[in-house]
Amino acid sequence: MRLLRTGLRWDTAVGVLLVAVFVTGLGTTDGFASRDNLAFAFNDIAEVALMALPMTLLVVAGQVDLSVASMLGLSSALTGQLWDSGWAFETIVPVVLLVGVAGGLLNGWLVTKVGLPSLAVTIGTLALYRGLASVVLGSNAITDFPENYAAWAVDTTTVPGTFITYPVALFIVLAVVAAVVLHATGLGRSLFAIGAQEDAAYYAGIRVGRIKLALFVVTGLVSAFAGVVFTLRYGSARADNGQGFEMLVIASVLLGGIDFDGGKGTLFGAVAGVLLIGVLKNLLTLNDVANEVQVIVTGLLLVASVLTPRLISTVGEWRHRRAAATSSN
Amino acid sequence: MSQAVPTGVPVLALKGVNKSFGAVRALRDVSLELFPGEAHALAGENGAGKSTLIKTLAGVHRPDSGQVLLDGAPVVFHGPADARDAGIAVIYQEPTLFPDLSIAENIFMGRQPRRRLGRIDHKAVRAATAALMGRLGVALDPDRPARGLSIADQQIVEIAKALSFDARVLIMDEPTAALTGSETARLFSVVEALRAEGAAVLFISHRLEEIFRLCQRVTTLRDGRWVASEPLAGLTEDDLVRRMVGRDLDELYPKQDTRVGETALSVRRLTREGVFRDVSFDVRRGEIVALAGLVGAGRTEVAQATFGVDRADAGEVRVGGKPLRPGSPSAAMAAGLALVPEDRRQRGLVMEMSIERNIGLTGLDRISGKGLVKRALERGRAADWAVRLRLKYGRLSDQVGVLSGGNQQKVVLAKWLATDPAVLIVDEPTRGIDVGTKAEVHRLLSSLAAEGLAVLMISSDLPEVLGMADRVLVMHEGRLVAELPRAEATEESVMAAATGRTGEGRAAA
Repeated sequence: MRLLRTGLRWDTAVGVLLVAVFVTGLGTTDGFASRDNLAFAFNDIAEVALMALPMTLLVVAGQVDLSVASMLGLSSALTGQLWDSGWAFETIVPVVLLVGVAGGLLNGWLVTKVGLPSLAVTIGTLALYRGLASVVLGSNAITDFPENYAAWAVDTTTVPGTFITYPVALFIVLAVVAAVVLHATGLGRSLFAIGAQEDAAYYAGIRVGRIKLALFVVTGLVSAFAGVVFTLRYGSARADNGQGFEMLVIASVLLGGIDFDGGKGTLFGAVAGVLLIGVLKNLLTLNDVANEVQVIVTGLLLVASVLTPRLISTVGEWRHRRAAATSSN
Repeated sequence: MSQAVPTGVPVLALKGVNKSFGAVRALRDVSLELFPGEAHALAGENGAGKSTLIKTLAGVHRPDSGQVLLDGAPVVFHGPADARDAGIAVIYQEPTLFPDLSIAENIFMGRQPRRRLGRIDHKAVRAATAALMGRLGVALDPDRPARGLSIADQQIVEIAKALSFDARVLIMDEPTAALTGSETARLFSVVEALRAEGAAVLFISHRLEEIFRLCQRVTTLRDGRWVASEPLAGLTEDDLVRRMVGRDLDELYPKQDTRVGETALSVRRLTREGVFRDVSFDVRRGEIVALAGLVGAGRTEVAQATFGVDRADAGEVRVGGKPLRPGSPSAAMAAGLALVPEDRRQRGLVMEMSIERNIGLTGLDRISGKGLVKRALERGRAADWAVRLRLKYGRLSDQVGVLSGGNQQKVVLAKWLATDPAVLIVDEPTRGIDVGTKAEVHRLLSSLAAEGLAVLMISSDLPEVLGMADRVLVMHEGRLVAELPRAEATEESVMAAATGRTGEGRAAA
């Protein structure tokens, strides 16, 4: 009980759950442990995982960006359209990334300068960026991407000797960077302070507006990059690519124990959360569970992640009370 | 005030109550008896356990051991609702009314009398509210929305609400902290009326004179332990302070003589439309300058514009002769300004962060090397100041939220003193903190000034202003109306200027 009350932190618990699910998969599901499948399983959530990193920083700072998946779609549509118009891929990528920066700037400007809540702003830009994606590409699909570029994103190409694909490798590198920023730098300290008590952070001389703006810009940038990865991975640019991914991203982050009210959480938790969702999805698919049921499982997991810590503290208090009642007699 | 120790059965009592939070023993073997018709004071420094005791009576906390007795019989409150049903009402310092509902709707929230088809009987609600107000002897229109009511009026509404629940015990947690003199007088007459009806009142205040004015008996706590329960008649304020701090108090205003140096802070024609106009003053090294005035005179706003958390519409701030970029707290900090804000919980501290991280927040670059925070530097910075300010804490990694108010204030001071400022602005530095810590804060400010720090102190506590300041600036309705040297500053001269009846003192530059 003491363990539950104090020792076992939520992010550790999710990590343990991830290992448990993984081990269960090894024991129960044929083909789960194969190098091909693991490469596929993790590559399959690469975009969600990438976007979950800046999202973690945002949520810790008490903000949220719901427009990430729409930015992914816009980036994908733009990549397709420009490729179709004969641009070189080496030119397309920086242009698309700049669009991501611009989208992040718009989000950040509306939040920090106009003073609107990020939830409201990014619900708006969620529709806006997806709408722009449709304007760019309509209902077309561009599919004739050359093999040599696509090879970098697909799950059949891995870092030699491992099941790690290049998008996943990039995720690992960025996750380490994000973890260092969040937990070992002054900027990270500032993010926690802003999320927990923005006024106090501002009064302590922290440049709250500038930091928030930068977070939105980085999120836009990473989302646009995720759009390029997605396009190459499926070899298909469509305006509706990645629709609904924002929920998966936020689900991963919350599942990892990042407090939606801001000011609490660890990057390890967020990574565990996103991997847990990926592994579960893969296991359910391998066991022929229908996609609808997978969505339900993800939903239940999310509800459980919000509910369980509360349950633990309630049970702890109840036991504490009972112990106190017996000792006072 | 002629009552001896009351006899009969206490309406509410605690017997041998213990309560711990983790390693912190908040209450140890505490007992308290509240009799019908008495106003009972609860005295103690911050951190003595007053809040925990109140919350135990209000059903928020359950004692680890010991009993709560209602009319002599043990009860267990499973939550605030149980306590309320037992007739116990708590009025907090800052009431929480629904701003968009009327006074009457606030009082009868969730239990309005109904007419047929479940429609609310507004007429009955109004009439019942008017009757309650009549009982309290207060003229408040039941239809007025709660928005825009003064804190004093909001408290009256809370008391009316308590009455509507047939409360027999009224617990008032520092109700007068934000009230003016006349509002306090009205509150006290309401309490007198309730007492005459046989209600028991438990009254908490840091202002000793109020305790003596209102109450018949007093229970004192120190470090979570019961010290004494006794009639106030025959006690002096000094007696009470001695019980609270457990020793004779050092001088409360240990003002040292200092040598005044060159001008450190210079504010010229600072203006914020509709808030304050044309404010100019200097603070020199070694000086403590008080900014006095009534609540709402614009003092806090001047401090905030000086530090840059608010923008000024016109005017200039110079620190050490150099003009300060307006609207930038970080620029102000770089120039050597520090602001200890009035609202400790919202602006002074990140409550859920640890002591060391809060202190580190004002010097993230100083505790970092190559971009990474050095834990040893962070901890060292906090430890140095914790020792220097005699902070009472368990571990530096504890949340500041678990500290008492006075110790929280020390953390805010530590956080700013660690920036090694040239000018320290303190806004109500001792509001809501106990006498012992108050004396410590005064001694600290005094010795810092003696070391050459320029101090601008905003305070509504007149004895503090008169006891600590080398010069007193007085604001009235957004303007600086008087500047009084220490020798000329008296309660009368400062109040005359603050209320606009000026003529004393010379006009400010």
